[in-house]
Formats: sequence, structure tokens, C-alpha cells
Amino acid sequence: MKKNFRAAVITFPGSNCDRDMAVALEEVTGEDVFRVWHGDAELPADLDFIALPGGFSYGDYLRSGAMAARSPIMRAVVEAAGHGVPVLGVCNGFQVLTEAGLLPGALMRNAGIRFVCREVALTVENNQTLFTAGYMKGQRIRIPVAHHDGNYFADEATLDRLEGEGRVAFRYAEEVNGSARQIAGVLNEAGNVLGMMPHPERMIEQAQGGIDGRALFESAVRGLVGA
Amino acid sequence: MKVRVYVSLKNGVLDPQGRAIQHSLEGLGFSGVRDVRAGRLIELEVDETVTDAQLDEMCQKLLANMVIENYRVERISA
Repeated sequence: MKKNFRAAVITFPGSNCDRDMAVALEEVTGEDVFRVWHGDAELPADLDFIALPGGFSYGDYLRSGAMAARSPIMRAVVEAAGHGVPVLGVCNGFQVLTEAGLLPGALMRNAGIRFVCREVALTVENNQTLFTAGYMKGQRIRIPVAHHDGNYFADEATLDRLEGEGRVAFRYAEEVNGSARQIAGVLNEAGNVLGMMPHPERMIEQAQGGIDGRALFESAVRGLVGA
Repeated sequence: MKVRVYVSLKNGVLDPQGRAIQHSLEGLGFSGVRDVRAGRLIELEVDETVTDAQLDEMCQKLLANMVIENYRVERISA
């Protein structure tokens, strides 16, 4: 792996998967990960990767991810994303990315009302992306979800465009939360921002029950070093 | 001055909470409820100098998610 891979994990008040995310990145990159606080106005220089972790930022006040999306550090994240820095948002991180306008659509209350916390089957819809190159197209993987607001919504025209442009990275292979077209993860137009409800950082080592999430981080790291 | 902002889901956006409320009402024996939509009421206390345009901007930038929600602003005379 590349030496001096510079990854940062943002912590908002109420984030609770930030350490898992940092550990996963450290495991895959072999490098220390920058931990950045939501109130910071600037990111570390020359970042190779930014991760927005899961949790309940600001207690999900107003809407999940709404307050975090307007926090000072997010201005820097939006700017970095605009310059092509890869950004991964998982669970609450996905909600923050949609609220910040980096990804289209919105994440609504699960169709079944209940919080869903279990391992689910996903299909890799597009493996020609920075984050999914380590998977096979159509590959079935198992990744845990833990969310109350994971019901992906976008208007039909937006959904058609996402599908047409290969921006649906992952789809649920089973009914989970009522998401439009079973969408579990979407990319931005440039392909450097991925938001997904399932938690790949919880499937890094066999001790966690599987390693299906590992290829996502390895893909991003390899893609950046061109190895 | 007091301002009320009503935030509601757009037509066509499925409202799981509203549907659950409707089912609960049915469970309590109330009949004739055809649909329930749950929204949010936000009350602001603002200076008289705050303009309608500024209130609109507050709604669009934070109080409502324009992807799924509509809003309506109501000024309440003190």
C-alpha cells in the first residue's frame, strides 16, 4: 500500500462509528488516520480520502444529517469534494452528504417505521468506480445496516439519471427499508463521492463476521495509488 | 415578532409516519380517516427587520429539505 496515505475521519457531536471507520482505514492503509472535529474550519492538507461516519449527529435534530451538513467543516469537505478528493459517507454520513447537496435525493424514515439493525445482502451494481473496483459486477455481498432513516428517495427523473449514468453503486438484494429501486448506495456525477447506508467498515476482519467491506477501502486506496 | 414555519412532505412522497398514525387511529376505533400526513411546525421569534426573502432563505437552506418537503411561512402579529 501507498506510504503516507492521508485519510481523515470527521467526527460530529453524536457520531458513533467514527472510531470504527478510522480503525478500518488504518487497517487497510497501514497509516494513521487524521481525526477531524466538526467545528474545525479546515481539513488537513493534501488529503487522499475523507470519511463521514455513521451515528446520530446532533441527535438527528430537525432531520438526520441536517445540522451536521451545515457545520463549519462541511464547507471544507464540499470544497475538497469539488477538487476531486474521494469522500465516503456511511449511514449518517450518507444522510449528511445528501443534506449538504453533494449527493442527490434524501433519506427518509424507513418504510416499516422500525429501526433496522441486521446484516443484509447487497448487489454490486457498478464495479467501474473508485470505491467498487475490487468487487465483481453483480457480486452479492453481506454488510450490516443499522438505521432508522435509510429509505432513499429521489424523483423518478433523478432515479433514471442515476441508473443511466451508472451511479447506483449498491442495491439491496432484499427488502430493507423501502428505498426507491432498492438503492443502497449512490455516487455523485464525478464519481468521487459515495454515500451508502450499509456499514462496510464493520466487515473488515474475519473477527467481525466477514470481510465483504474490505474491498471497498482497498479499491479506493489502490485506485489512488494506481497499483 | 413571531413567525411560524410549517414544513410538510411534498405530494407524492410516501409518509411512513403518517401511515402509522393513521393505523393507530384505526386501532383506537376512529373510522373515516382517509389519510394522515405528519409535518413539522417551527416557531421563530424574529426582529421586525427580518424580511420575507430572508425567511424564505432560512427555509430553503435549513428548515426544509427541498428535495422532499414544502414549507409555508406565516407571520403572527404580536
